Amino acid sequence: MARTVIPFGPQHPVLPEPIHLDLVVEDERVLEARPSIGFIHRGLEKLVEKKDYIEFTYIAERICGICSFIHGQTYCQAIEAIMNIAVPPRALYLRTVWGELSRIHSHLLWLGLMADAVGFESLFMHSWRVREQVLDIIEATTGGRVIFGSCKIGGVRRDIDAAGISDMLRKLETIEQEIRRITKVFINDSSIKSRLCGVGVLSREEAYDLGCVGPTLRGSGVAQDMRQLGYAAFADLQVEPITRTEGDSYSRCAVRCDELLQSIDLIRKAMSKIPAGEIEIKVTGNPSGEVTMRTEQPRGEVVYCVKANGTRNLQRFRVRTPTFANLPAVLKVLQGCELADVPVLVLTIDPCISCTER
Amino acid sequence: MAYFEMCRLALKWALTKPPTSRYPFQPRKVIPGSRGQLVFTKDNCVYCTVCAKKCPTGALLVNRAEKKWAIDRLRCISCGYCVDLCPKDSLALSTSHGNAATSRTQEFH
Repeated sequence: MARTVIPFGPQHPVLPEPIHLDLVVEDERVLEARPSIGFIHRGLEKLVEKKDYIEFTYIAERICGICSFIHGQTYCQAIEAIMNIAVPPRALYLRTVWGELSRIHSHLLWLGLMADAVGFESLFMHSWRVREQVLDIIEATTGGRVIFGSCKIGGVRRDIDAAGISDMLRKLETIEQEIRRITKVFINDSSIKSRLCGVGVLSREEAYDLGCVGPTLRGSGVAQDMRQLGYAAFADLQVEPITRTEGDSYSRCAVRCDELLQSIDLIRKAMSKIPAGEIEIKVTGNPSGEVTMRTEQPRGEVVYCVKANGTRNLQRFRVRTPTFANLPAVLKVLQGCELADVPVLVLTIDPCISCTER
Repeated sequence: MAYFEMCRLALKWALTKPPTSRYPFQPRKVIPGSRGQLVFTKDNCVYCTVCAKKCPTGALLVNRAEKKWAIDRLRCISCGYCVDLCPKDSLALSTSHGNAATSRTQEFH
């Protein structure tokens, strides 16, 4: 049969956000995928010229609707590094806890979307039902459901009191039991395995050479996690990257399932060690200098590059998001795949297009 | 065994109350500390214009001469930055998210 080009996206039931792929197919097999992005470019990086460096925290947090807190946290860390601000330890622990809650709700969202993509709708509902309980904890502690708004330059804007901490830990116990039940289905169910096992295999070398990050890289056996850099309170918490060696869609799913439980463990550890004291320090003056900051988002490593020249407005601001780093891997695994596997493979990197285009 | 795990999940939730509520007939559970609509208290305000100058989205408009404080509800993102800055504590965030608006009209106080 002659080659045909099938447009996939920007509007497609499996895509939460718009990306367009031209799929060159022969029969039911994809030979090549040509991406085009730029449907939701908002020019956020340019906004540093209009908003001062303190106001920009709110914009940085809105780069993404899911890993919002870690965007805000990375921006604040970058400015704090330029201005040599020593953030109080309690604030660092609170940032860690909220960052991990953000990871839990992002992974549960992804698991739900993946269940939906493979046609397991009841599991999708159950994943999102558990996610709702995590969002309730986030709303009670920060005031927002997905846009936390609790990180500021020099610390955090809200504290969690002792009653709040014990309430959170009590709720997390129920959530952990629920997550264990749901992930057991993701790991063992034969219908999920038949859709994911051996689909989109990315070898360790390929994943490394293509510059993959996050669960996509760890699913191929590379133990790389930016939390090991020890930012926020991770220096005291010892994070061991969760890896799998198969490199297929199933291993990427399994990595995320295990990371959910790891994040709950990290929150427990952080809450047992959280020191008392101030949650913010007063910030005066303007930043001057240049810094690159790397943190681990649910989807992988994010890189912030900030350049300031001593005025209220930053001179240059640049973000390299995890989805941007993982896109070459998607194009690689799409070559030679079945047409029916395309939605699963695109979803397997947890694409966040609004992050990518900013 | 995973079949039975899913069966257990389905059975449990078939027999228990649904986690969703019948909104708007049943009001949403209020979570204390939630960042909702911005509430303005006229009595304390000295019309210093700090909130209007610092609002990240430019949702506030303050006229010192006429003693007018206005908000564009569709622009406000309930970030609470103005609440932190207000020297007279005349701004606060309520837990209610308010009514939906269809037009970009300013609310004057």
